[in-house]
Amino acid sequence: MESSKPLYSGESLEELKQDILKKYPTKVARKRAKQIIINTIDEKEKVPEIGANARTIPGILTQRGCTYAGCKGVILGPTRDLVNIVHGPIGCSFYAWLTRRNQTRLKTPDDENYMTYCFSTDMQDSDIVFGGEGKLKTAVQEAYDLFKPKAISIFSTCPVGLIGDDVHQVAREMKAKLGINVFAFSCEGYKGVSQSAGHHIANNGIFKHVVGEDDTVQDGEYKINLLGEYNIGGDGFEIDRILSACGIKVISTYSGNSTYDQFANSHTADLNTVMCHRSINYVAEMMETKFGIPWIKINFIGAKATAKSLRKIAEYFGEQKLIDTVEEVIAKEMPEVESAMADARSHCEGKTAMMFVGGSRAHHYQELFNELGMRTVSAGYEFAHRDDYEGRKVLPTIKVDADSRNIEELQIEKDSARFRARKTKEQLKTLADKGFTFKDYKGMMPGMEQGSLVIDDISHYETEQLIEFFEPDVVCAGIKEKFVVQKSGVPMKQLHSYDSGGPYAGFRGAINFYKEIDRMVNSRVWAYVKAPWQKNPELSGSYAWE
Amino acid sequence: MLLKHTPVEIMERKALVINPAKTCQPVGAMYAALGIHACMPHSHGSQGCCSYHRSALTRHYKEPAMATTSSFTEGSSVFGGQANLVQAIDNIFTIYEPDIIAVHTTCLSETIGDDITQISRKAKDEGKVPEGKYVIHANTPSYIGSHVTGFANMCKGMVDYFSEKTGVKTNRFNIIPGYVEPSDMEEIKRLLSLMGVEFIMFPDTSGVLNGPMTGRFSMYPDGGVTVEQLKQTGDSMGTLALGETASSLAAKTLDTKFKVPCEMLELPIGLSCTDAFIDTLRKAAGITVPDAITYERGQMVDVITDMHQYFYGKKVALFGDPDQLISLTQFFLDLDMKPVHIVTGTPGKRFEKVIRSMTADLPYNINVRESGDTFLLHQWIKNEPVDLLVGNTYGKYIARDEDIPFLRHGFPIVDRVGHSYFPTVGYKGGLRLLEKVLDLLLDRIDRDAKEESFELVL
Ligand code: SF4
Ligand code: SF4
Repeated sequence: MESSKPLYSGESLEELKQDILKKYPTKVARKRAKQIIINTIDEKEKVPEIGANARTIPGILTQRGCTYAGCKGVILGPTRDLVNIVHGPIGCSFYAWLTRRNQTRLKTPDDENYMTYCFSTDMQDSDIVFGGEGKLKTAVQEAYDLFKPKAISIFSTCPVGLIGDDVHQVAREMKAKLGINVFAFSCEGYKGVSQSAGHHIANNGIFKHVVGEDDTVQDGEYKINLLGEYNIGGDGFEIDRILSACGIKVISTYSGNSTYDQFANSHTADLNTVMCHRSINYVAEMMETKFGIPWIKINFIGAKATAKSLRKIAEYFGEQKLIDTVEEVIAKEMPEVESAMADARSHCEGKTAMMFVGGSRAHHYQELFNELGMRTVSAGYEFAHRDDYEGRKVLPTIKVDADSRNIEELQIEKDSARFRARKTKEQLKTLADKGFTFKDYKGMMPGMEQGSLVIDDISHYETEQLIEFFEPDVVCAGIKEKFVVQKSGVPMKQLHSYDSGGPYAGFRGAINFYKEIDRMVNSRVWAYVKAPWQKNPELSGSYAWE
Repeated sequence: MLLKHTPVEIMERKALVINPAKTCQPVGAMYAALGIHACMPHSHGSQGCCSYHRSALTRHYKEPAMATTSSFTEGSSVFGGQANLVQAIDNIFTIYEPDIIAVHTTCLSETIGDDITQISRKAKDEGKVPEGKYVIHANTPSYIGSHVTGFANMCKGMVDYFSEKTGVKTNRFNIIPGYVEPSDMEEIKRLLSLMGVEFIMFPDTSGVLNGPMTGRFSMYPDGGVTVEQLKQTGDSMGTLALGETASSLAAKTLDTKFKVPCEMLELPIGLSCTDAFIDTLRKAAGITVPDAITYERGQMVDVITDMHQYFYGKKVALFGDPDQLISLTQFFLDLDMKPVHIVTGTPGKRFEKVIRSMTADLPYNINVRESGDTFLLHQWIKNEPVDLLVGNTYGKYIARDEDIPFLRHGFPIVDRVGHSYFPTVGYKGGLRLLEKVLDLLLDRIDRDAKEESFELVL
């Protein structure tokens, strides 16, 4: 936001920080101190260094989940025609069954859709003792016999790594036997420090096993991939609607509303647009190296951000026809947005929000709150890395620790047959001269106010202290935090599942969100938390019915 | 169609479970541990399991479900989780200040073979467990049993760690309520009080997972069985274990260790099973059943007689936990309905035996399966359609595809509220079940009736 006066004074925030740290054992306090940062932005948009992508402290009530959740749940979960078999005891597969709200829309009623199904090898005692490879093979065979899918993927859960089942060998064997693509992910939950490791493993897997399988060049102009958009609550549908109105063709989405074939063909697109930088920048990078597709950071959360992203895509392709259509679409959509914004703003302006979630939404959603005139007093990610906070410019300075080293880095080389530079040197120069930037993500912190508080991997205790200090009008986080916050009398908006609402992306999504936040922060119910006799416990002297 | 790949022809599967009718042990252990007052459940494993279990409980109850994790890394998986657990214990007591930490294991720590007793002793020796505070544990490997087994194991953990015998018998009964809702536990307590029976109920999640909005978050709400009460369970007159799968283990442990005799009962859901519960209590405690309870029972029987024509002969398919399914099957039989397909994911031979014996003299065949899944159930339904489906929220995909009225019962229910507040145990709970079943069946009649035969009075 444009205000130059710091939100809170450095001293008061420092005091809050010290108050929080006081509660912790020394070692914990030392570690958390690096992850709780008072935001300051200098003229060069430089912000203080924040500790991120570090191990979760045992015993701390954390928001985080595991690598398997990031791999199976987030990235591969939304691909409808994949049979995703979870190799492990029943729970891991059960909990990832339909709980993430990725919507999918079949093109014809006959299309395959396995997202409503939950597949597991349901490992038993004897499998743990004697190994589960045999059972896994049988499970793949049974899935094939029942469904004849075009591909089957296998996900390892914690015990699998320990007992040494070679899931990749099983996949190779079954691929040869069945003649369909079968591939496996070593995404045991203990790898890495959060879901983030799982995103990386998943992306590597798709890139290795699927991308480039289908070289068909599709009709259509302005072909892009939309990376890091998971179609929660129909976000992707709204984005697709807008892009299609602009005449922009989406070759693939990673991975909301996706199919196997989209991934297989995605290397034919001419631009990669990255929504969630954290979960997917790996794919963008690898596609650029191998196939020559450049990538840009975009954001469809927030009406202004949506317009800006559309203009950036148009500017990349550089054709007047597209630039004009994009302007027409924006001009057509904005009046309704503006009026909804103004209406909600009149009830929400000046209120405050805090958001602690994911690896991009804690940043993106600040756009929508800005549009409502609400200030973000504190924010942080659950599993992001330093570059998501401070911007990609810090990438060279990030130390690779043991946990990250355990995640395979693919060595990608140029595919000399299929590599195609999408822009000539001159075109690139012209774009650069106009201030167009590729691979540019500035991170969350430079966009936040001076004197806001940034916290990585926030814990329950910290959330409680923050609520007391900031007295925010709304808090955004995930399901585990939902009712903790609301019990304190503060409305809480889930930004993973959207509380079963949405879409919130694009223009119509923005309108939904304005209305939703207006509803939440202005609901009558919060005034009813205390009963009349709790508010006014004193008894009046005379009996009122006399 | 949401489950359009489910074929009519049934192919026996040996390895692949599809659309399970169970989940894993730790979530049950976590739920049970939340039924101890001022207790922090702790998941000893990677953080993903804990996150999933907390999310599952939160979605089901729409309440905070607090639990911590050892947050294993690759290193802990190789070298064992001792350092993580010791640090976790220190952090939990320092930051969240519970009276008790109830540790359960996960597949990971079980596969590694971490010895929780030894690790918590080490934590104690290092002064990480403050005076008067406790660390208890249960082993809950998910590659054995199901979430119900985890619940049972944590109940046993409570006995293992707390129960004592002073030698002076009390006139109390221990009541192990089974893996039921907080509302059910509340209702069982109400019935016991009406009967004038002194009791200790453990675990007791009422007041923990169905608490009020107060404007103040409390990490440890007022509910839950206390350590003091748990200690006294060794001196009780006897133990009533409701639901064999969830409750018998702890009850038997009390019997073996402290000679507290136990009686195993089915969950008091439906007429007959509630009758058995009340009658057993009456005899064991040597009391007359108060009129108030007989009155409630009469009301339940009254509704059954009034509306019998709508129940009679209707076919039912059920899936869920074994203890619930046994009582629900009996409930539907009491109504002259026809339970025809019954599936639990939880392994255990007793289940099929009991259901078979309950239905032995029926003039038709029923399908029943332990270690089954709802993919199979759906196939059975396709082969022999039913008038009512009963199960947790996941059943709604089958119900929609096959256009069957659907009664939500079991864990998890993530798309409706009510289960935390309104019981299905006891006669009052029975009345609620009757109302729900009737609503479903009669709505269907209203929906499908031709205009000429659309009835005002039913
Ligand atoms: S690893 Fe085991 S304990 Fe953890 S979620 Fe999976 S089945 Fe449950
Ligand atoms: S066992 Fe591992 S993979 Fe499964 S939920 Fe737990 S942490 Fe994740």
